Amino acid sequence: MQNATQQPLVSLRHAVKTFGPVVALADGSIELNGGEVHALAGENGAGKSTLVKILSGLYHRDAGEFEVEGRPVTFSTVADSRAAGISVIYQEPTLFPDLTVSENIFVGRQPRGRFGMIDHKMMRDQAADIFEYLGVPIDPARMADGLSIADQQIIEIAKAISLDARVLIMDEPTAALSGHEVDRLFEVARSLRDKGAALLFISHRMEEIFDLCDRVTVFRDGAFVTTRMISETTRDEIVRDMVGRDIDQLFPKLEAEVGEAVLEVHGLNRAGVFRNINFDVRAGEIVALAGLVGAGRSEVARAVMGIDPIDSGTVTLLGKQLKPGNPLASIRAGMGFVPEDRRRQGLVMDLSVLRNTSLTLRDELATFGIINAAKEARTAQEWCEKLQVKTATPHHSVSTLSGGNQQKVVLAKWLATKPRLLIVDEPTRGIDVGTKAEVHRLLSQLAVDGVAILMISSELPEVLGMADRVLVMCEGAITAELSRADATAELVVQAATDHVKAAAS
Amino acid sequence: MTDTKTSLPRADSTDTGPARRQGTGLLRVFSMREFPVTLALIILVLFTWLSNPRFLSSQGLKDLLLNATIMMILAAGQALIISTKSVDLSAGSALGLTAFLTGTLFATFEGIPIVVVFVAGIALGAALGAFNGLLVTTAKVPALVITLGTLYVFRGLNNWWAGGTQYFAGDRPKAFGNLSVTTVLGVPIITIIALVVIVFVTMFQRYTRSGRDLYAIGSDPAAAVVYGIPVGRRVFMAFLANGALVGLAGVLYASRFNSVGATTGTGLELQVVAAAVVGGVAIVGGVGTAAGAAIGAMLLTTITGSLTTIGVDKFWQQAVVGVLILASILIDRLATLRRASQLRKATQ
Amino acid sequence: MTATRALPLAPGGQLTDGIRRILSSRSALMTYLLVVLIIGASLLVNNFAQPRTATFLLLDVVATLLMAMPMTLVMINGDIDLSVASVAGLSSAVLGVLYSGGTPFWAAVLICLGLGLVCGLFNGVMTAYVGLPALAVTIGTLALFRGLALVVIGDNAVANFPEAASDYATGTFGNSGIPLVMAPVAIVIIIFAVVLHMTPFGRGLFALGHSMEAARFVGVGTKVSRLYSLVASGFIASLAGVFWTLRYSSARSDNAIGLELVVIAAVVLGGVSVFGGKGSIWGSVCGVLIIGVVNYALRLNRIPEVVLVTITGLLLIISVVAPSLVASWSDWRHRRRRSRNRGSVTTTAGATSA
Repeated sequence: MQNATQQPLVSLRHAVKTFGPVVALADGSIELNGGEVHALAGENGAGKSTLVKILSGLYHRDAGEFEVEGRPVTFSTVADSRAAGISVIYQEPTLFPDLTVSENIFVGRQPRGRFGMIDHKMMRDQAADIFEYLGVPIDPARMADGLSIADQQIIEIAKAISLDARVLIMDEPTAALSGHEVDRLFEVARSLRDKGAALLFISHRMEEIFDLCDRVTVFRDGAFVTTRMISETTRDEIVRDMVGRDIDQLFPKLEAEVGEAVLEVHGLNRAGVFRNINFDVRAGEIVALAGLVGAGRSEVARAVMGIDPIDSGTVTLLGKQLKPGNPLASIRAGMGFVPEDRRRQGLVMDLSVLRNTSLTLRDELATFGIINAAKEARTAQEWCEKLQVKTATPHHSVSTLSGGNQQKVVLAKWLATKPRLLIVDEPTRGIDVGTKAEVHRLLSQLAVDGVAILMISSELPEVLGMADRVLVMCEGAITAELSRADATAELVVQAATDHVKAAAS
Repeated sequence: MTDTKTSLPRADSTDTGPARRQGTGLLRVFSMREFPVTLALIILVLFTWLSNPRFLSSQGLKDLLLNATIMMILAAGQALIISTKSVDLSAGSALGLTAFLTGTLFATFEGIPIVVVFVAGIALGAALGAFNGLLVTTAKVPALVITLGTLYVFRGLNNWWAGGTQYFAGDRPKAFGNLSVTTVLGVPIITIIALVVIVFVTMFQRYTRSGRDLYAIGSDPAAAVVYGIPVGRRVFMAFLANGALVGLAGVLYASRFNSVGATTGTGLELQVVAAAVVGGVAIVGGVGTAAGAAIGAMLLTTITGSLTTIGVDKFWQQAVVGVLILASILIDRLATLRRASQLRKATQ
Repeated sequence: MTATRALPLAPGGQLTDGIRRILSSRSALMTYLLVVLIIGASLLVNNFAQPRTATFLLLDVVATLLMAMPMTLVMINGDIDLSVASVAGLSSAVLGVLYSGGTPFWAAVLICLGLGLVCGLFNGVMTAYVGLPALAVTIGTLALFRGLALVVIGDNAVANFPEAASDYATGTFGNSGIPLVMAPVAIVIIIFAVVLHMTPFGRGLFALGHSMEAARFVGVGTKVSRLYSLVASGFIASLAGVFWTLRYSSARSDNAIGLELVVIAAVVLGGVSVFGGKGSIWGSVCGVLIIGVVNYALRLNRIPEVVLVTITGLLLIISVVAPSLVASWSDWRHRRRRSRNRGSVTTTAGATSA
């Protein structure tokens, strides 16, 4: 079936990458052979993205050996890796919307004709040739603006082909594709493999891995675990390797008394994003919303808060139905939201720690429309102390804080509003271990105090360690509801990748 | 499925499958960004001519073209800048400087060859443009602010240099002044120069890699960096080129108009930006050509003449210009929204 | 990373820290510069340190000062308003035409102010609700409003205005030299300062300027905020136009032409960032005054208008380039230090985790 050459096209051994105190990759090793589709499996945070970024030249590895066709390499830019024959197709490709398809393929390398002028017709023809070869009818002369993700990926593949890529890395390419678009992508991948290219296919979807790939490597906690031929392994085995260790909690979860329902969501629908979402969260309860990136979890949460619109359905907080699309009303009713993107959504980076903390309280702190500056400073200080935000002075801008402390500021600002329901989206992403534990402890204590918590997380240990109930989403639908007692890593991962069930919802 | 071909299959030239469809010629013309402004210009001229045929007499036509020439060159240069998501507010002040240089050279050096003056003016313009470009690319400050500053600095230099001095038609050689009078096929020479330059700039934008890179930078600056496009170098070069064009416009200004002094060119910059926007150059960058900007300039300058000819109070001109600018950005936005909703419906 | 101490700090330490922070902020720097310039001018330029200076200098900058207030809000918001000078011109033209046509003076003023509101409303709706970029819209309205001024008054100039009004516009407080109009101007400044720095609305503007998402997450009404700012800009611009007319006793279509760029230069000098999210009222006031002092002092010294203009430009450029250069220089130093500490990439097996 495959003609794996003796020497691997790409060989990465024991690569390490850290960002300050955060270890993104502890032991990255992988070998890509020509004529083979190689799957890379692992949970969120296992180090897959970091590995890809090192292979593509976006990141510079801190340690480890990197060889392409037997020769050691060090890429300083993405262009270097492309010149070496490595191309990456991302889940969300970045094309230039104002340039045509063919220009996007040949950006910076447009074919030239007479007098050294760009020959647009030749460029279009070459692009058309590639599309024909791929069996995909895309008009090379159209603007790239507005193309579907599936088409954008094909264009990225066309770009790779035009660059004579020997190694094609596909980072979760199928997340945004429909069934038949996936089939089309796989056909293209197979034909490239048969021509001798090495493909790296990163995915969570077991059935796709088994459908397309020849070999699989599993990563866990930033390190290489094992590599196996697909024909010699099973789905369960891979899941076990991805997950398999004792879920030791960072600290014991506190027992909280679960009270009445605080949040009730009925029949929430938004075309193309999520459908038929029903769940509730009670006082003192931590409900985790688990699933893969792109499953629609953040979107559901944003819709509950009113940041995004909905097509139909109701959101009820403490018995009162909330007007959709009105974040201010949700906040006034007792909702708080710690968003996913700290830097752009959670904080105003130029402002000081104090000003950020008091931003949510700006209306309460004002009498007759004027903010009481002393009270503002005092309240902000109070909350920063409570959460032990480490900073030389609270008047420094939040951009000087570490990731963990920044997250604490975001939490402080929402806790200051004394919410009845707190939504947290990836509460410990990009945070060092010590602060992680603090955040978990804080959330647990909040539950004891009677706050209802809806937690979105892609980290299984966090989900299993913190949640009273786990709702698993897949492709916009809830595919499983598991109690704390019943929830296991395998069940969660299986429900998160259960497209069949999702499609039937 | 094994594929043993070693090269990509080539379809024969009669293949009209979707991958080869480029749209029928007429459809492509209609969807060009330059189409609305060209249409508007044609309608304007036609309408005016119908109400007063003298509008397009040889003298009338000459006046139209002369009036538009300077603005057209400025707009063409500005198109380069705007396509990279920048703007150059110092164009008017730079024009004043180069126009005054022209006057000074002619008045001070008896018998200086006209070509030398052209070169000097263009060189000065390029130097001013390079100054802008250097600041914009190294300081990472928005071009809006930098060129606002240089607008004042250049104007100040112009004032300081010129003082109260003004150079008039008598101070320049007749041959130079004749560039704006003599016509070839009814088109004044300075206009021909302008047209040639504009064609070159447009071809640069369309047919060279650096030109296409400018569009990429304006379309998505972050992606441009990732793809290895030398953003700093390209933007600097765009400012340099624009500066040279402004220099040329300044020299031609001294030929066309009867006096140059300290206040020459004041206030032109926003008109130039407006002309470009009307001509299809989106203020957010990434699209639009020098040719379109030049047509926009022609439209805006022609309106004065048109309005007077039709008998409309000339005081309406400025207001009409304002309406045109607003209309063109509104139309652009509506078109974008329509495209987006069409695509959303198609993928659902 | 900076020294890490958990809060709270010792009370004394906090106070000196706070004072040090305030004293080194951008607004403070601008204040020092202003004071230095005033002192310098008083010492070096004949006739500067006189009540007459206060009068003419301040009268010269009133229009700019007024318009700089809402411009600060608009730019902190992330928008920009290039049409302010045109609104002022339109307001002047309408005032002239109405008054010379028989409308009672104060009624005419009220109508002009209302017109300013409408202009601001137009800008605000096109920007916040229709979704067009503020830069492009206000370039269009710059032309449109100026054009309407031309339509309204044409080539004419109206010079007759009620003596009481003209006297008020040019009069001073006794011998101090301070113009009477500084009282309402000061009130405007205080109102904007309070709104921007001490109200929930103002806090929301800073968030909005940083990112629309961050603002929505804390419940800021993004469209409404942008609308209010632009409406205020139009209103104040028309007020400035009324003042201008009375001060020069002349209503013309080209009043205040080009002033928008001076306003923007002044607020950027004073610390407003073109990207939004940064700035202060006091900084903008200083920016306007700095430019005014420099202009006036040089003019007294019979230095031509020229040089003033150049200096304005240079001040602007230096004020934005300098922080950028300082930032990249310290960034470069920081990176060099880090790479020296870490050493080069090793090729031996056996990684060391941090």
